Amino acid sequence: MGVIVDAFGGALGLLVGLDATLLGIVALSLQVSLSAVAIATALALPLGAAIAVSRFRGRQTLIVILNALMGLPPVVVGLLVYLLLSRAGPLGELGLLFTPSAMVIAQTVLILPIIAALTRQAVEDAWREYHDQLRSLGAGGWTAALTLVWDIRFSLLTAVLAGLGRAAAEVGAVMIVGGNIDGVTRVMTTAIALETSKGDLPLALGLGVILVTLVLLLNAAAYTLKEAAQRRYG
Amino acid sequence: MRAPSSLLPLRLEEVAFVAAGKPIIDRVSLTLERGPRTIILGPNGAGKSVLIRLCHGLLAPSSGRIVWAAGERPGERRRQAMVFQRPVMLRRSALANVEYGLKVARIPWAEREAQARAALESVGLAELAARPARVLSGGEQQRLALARAWALRPEVLFLDEPTANLDPSASAEVERIIQTIRATGTKIVMTTHNLGQARRLGDEIFFLHQGRLVERAPVDQFFNQPASPEAQAFIKGELPWT
Amino acid sequence: MDLRRRVLLAAAAAASVLAAAPVAAQEKFITVASTTSTENSGLFKHLLPIFQQRTGIQVRVVAVGTGQALDMGKRGDADVVFVHDEAKEIALVKEGWFVGRKEVMYNDFVLIGPKADPAKLAGGKDVLAALQKIAGATAPFVSRADKSGTHAAELRYWKAAGIDIAARKGPWYRETGSGMGPALNTAAAMGAYILADRGTWLSFKNRGELAILVEGDRKLFNQYGIMLVNPAKHAHVKKDLGNAFIGWVVSPEGQSAIAGYKIGGEQLFFPNAQGG
Repeated sequence: MGVIVDAFGGALGLLVGLDATLLGIVALSLQVSLSAVAIATALALPLGAAIAVSRFRGRQTLIVILNALMGLPPVVVGLLVYLLLSRAGPLGELGLLFTPSAMVIAQTVLILPIIAALTRQAVEDAWREYHDQLRSLGAGGWTAALTLVWDIRFSLLTAVLAGLGRAAAEVGAVMIVGGNIDGVTRVMTTAIALETSKGDLPLALGLGVILVTLVLLLNAAAYTLKEAAQRRYG
Repeated sequence: MRAPSSLLPLRLEEVAFVAAGKPIIDRVSLTLERGPRTIILGPNGAGKSVLIRLCHGLLAPSSGRIVWAAGERPGERRRQAMVFQRPVMLRRSALANVEYGLKVARIPWAEREAQARAALESVGLAELAARPARVLSGGEQQRLALARAWALRPEVLFLDEPTANLDPSASAEVERIIQTIRATGTKIVMTTHNLGQARRLGDEIFFLHQGRLVERAPVDQFFNQPASPEAQAFIKGELPWT
Repeated sequence: MDLRRRVLLAAAAAASVLAAAPVAAQEKFITVASTTSTENSGLFKHLLPIFQQRTGIQVRVVAVGTGQALDMGKRGDADVVFVHDEAKEIALVKEGWFVGRKEVMYNDFVLIGPKADPAKLAGGKDVLAALQKIAGATAPFVSRADKSGTHAAELRYWKAAGIDIAARKGPWYRETGSGMGPALNTAAAMGAYILADRGTWLSFKNRGELAILVEGDRKLFNQYGIMLVNPAKHAHVKKDLGNAFIGWVVSPEGQSAIAGYKIGGEQLFFPNAQGG
């Protein structure tokens, strides 16, 4: 119990002191995860919507695979991306390994299935409601999919937040492809892992408190936005 | 500008529709001509909704043919529209919902707002243009659906039990609007199980019973001298009709 | 959402990724693969700023186990490798993966254990005798079992003590497959014996009931070597910058910087570069 109390105190101390290293780590964490969410969302929304409104052979299999990929272990994604970006690998020329870009790539790969699968489900449910009306107006295929995505955008926010939560929380992928380099690729989760391995548990917990608080704040902001919009648009 | 040839008449030839092994529409043949207001009448479960969706193209027949006099070409503006029993509105303002229909129909951006407002005006919703469509009452939403359909200047307007969920005054409003649309030259095809409504709004009746077209007659003849036993029973109220 | 807005969104996303791309790509930097124990000791935090100020070269340390560090070098994912497994390093130089190996410094291992000391080691100076006592008493012992330099050393000591650990291990011998810190955490929680490098131990804060029980045996000295990834194998290796770092580390200035690193007044690493 004492360790936990120490942790809160430590966390507060770090924040109030505006420790430069800590701020750098927090900024990088946000930069990496938010970038990954932005890219993954831009790809996953149309992908999920397209699967939802189209019919083709193997669709059910694709949906099962997509849902299963939601549970991709971060450390496996990290390993695969590492092998891709390593100098000995196919994309080694790009020199992206051990940079924040590699971390963004790994996290994007990790959360894309989550956002796509949840989008697919939400759009498919909405498609059932809107299907006849949209087809009647002459909106089919892409037009209908994009209309649906925009119309249920606030529900899709939940899918995006799920992706953000996963990205901000994971350590396996960014550790392997980023290398946890001090001042370059150290983010909150890898810093916590490092401090824990050094036996500095109060500091690790303090960082954990900050991380959880950040994610909580982001979720609260999104929720408020969603509620306000729902009141407005019905 | 080349005037497109008319979509009508629409011919259904031995059309059947089977779902999950059960025949819903059983070899129906009919012709929808330009002019008369057509009412597809029948009890619940007769297959009216499925039949009208087949006509509109939302469903494909299991067998038989559905032939329009002129084809609608993809990329051209749609010349038929439909209003459903439950209106489906997008999460936007009433005006934006009508504009959406115009946008899909590729009406140029600059003309959309004016045409949308005119459509709202004609159904009496001009003041509610900025209101989110989903917070409108049932009657208002159905009028909005009519405005959206009418803004497309369709040649044929299909309506599937449009007043089934509305109270009497809202129903009367909707019927009035349908008459106005008809007056501008649009062919009306409507399903209903309401005898009074069929009488008020119809010129010809297609009577559907258990998926078969049992009788077809001009409205007065149908109600005064129904030929088939099923129609007779229905009019007398012996078949379920609410 | 119409097409225009989608394109803008995608562009913004791409821009943010580019912003995340290291601004430091313009700086001079090298990638050094080293070990977690070296990193955790805090040596790099002390050493690297001095080097950077001297030369303007940023040293990016990726700290992993020795096995992975050497593998990184072989793949070309690092420019320089700085580890402590002499036998392996020399073998890989022979195979042509690395060049220009230099000895840098040594630190020592210590045998840590619970103060209660069930195997009765305390005060001993002979690590081999201590291991024999532990095996004899089947007292709990935590092994890193992760192909690290420390792990390799541990296995050498068992062998030198005449104990075939693969045959003798039982429930008392816990293989965690982890770095030094996590293994120490485990040992502290279990009240077990463990071989650790002094550097990690000195900065380890979660000691519980653990203490140093055996130290000072010459056999416990742990040699560090630094070498360049062979540019003949990987053309992109930053040869000049890498050699600048290697050269500095074994220079009088680098060596005294290493000697100057202390925790609680205690020196951790003892520079022993040739000709230095």
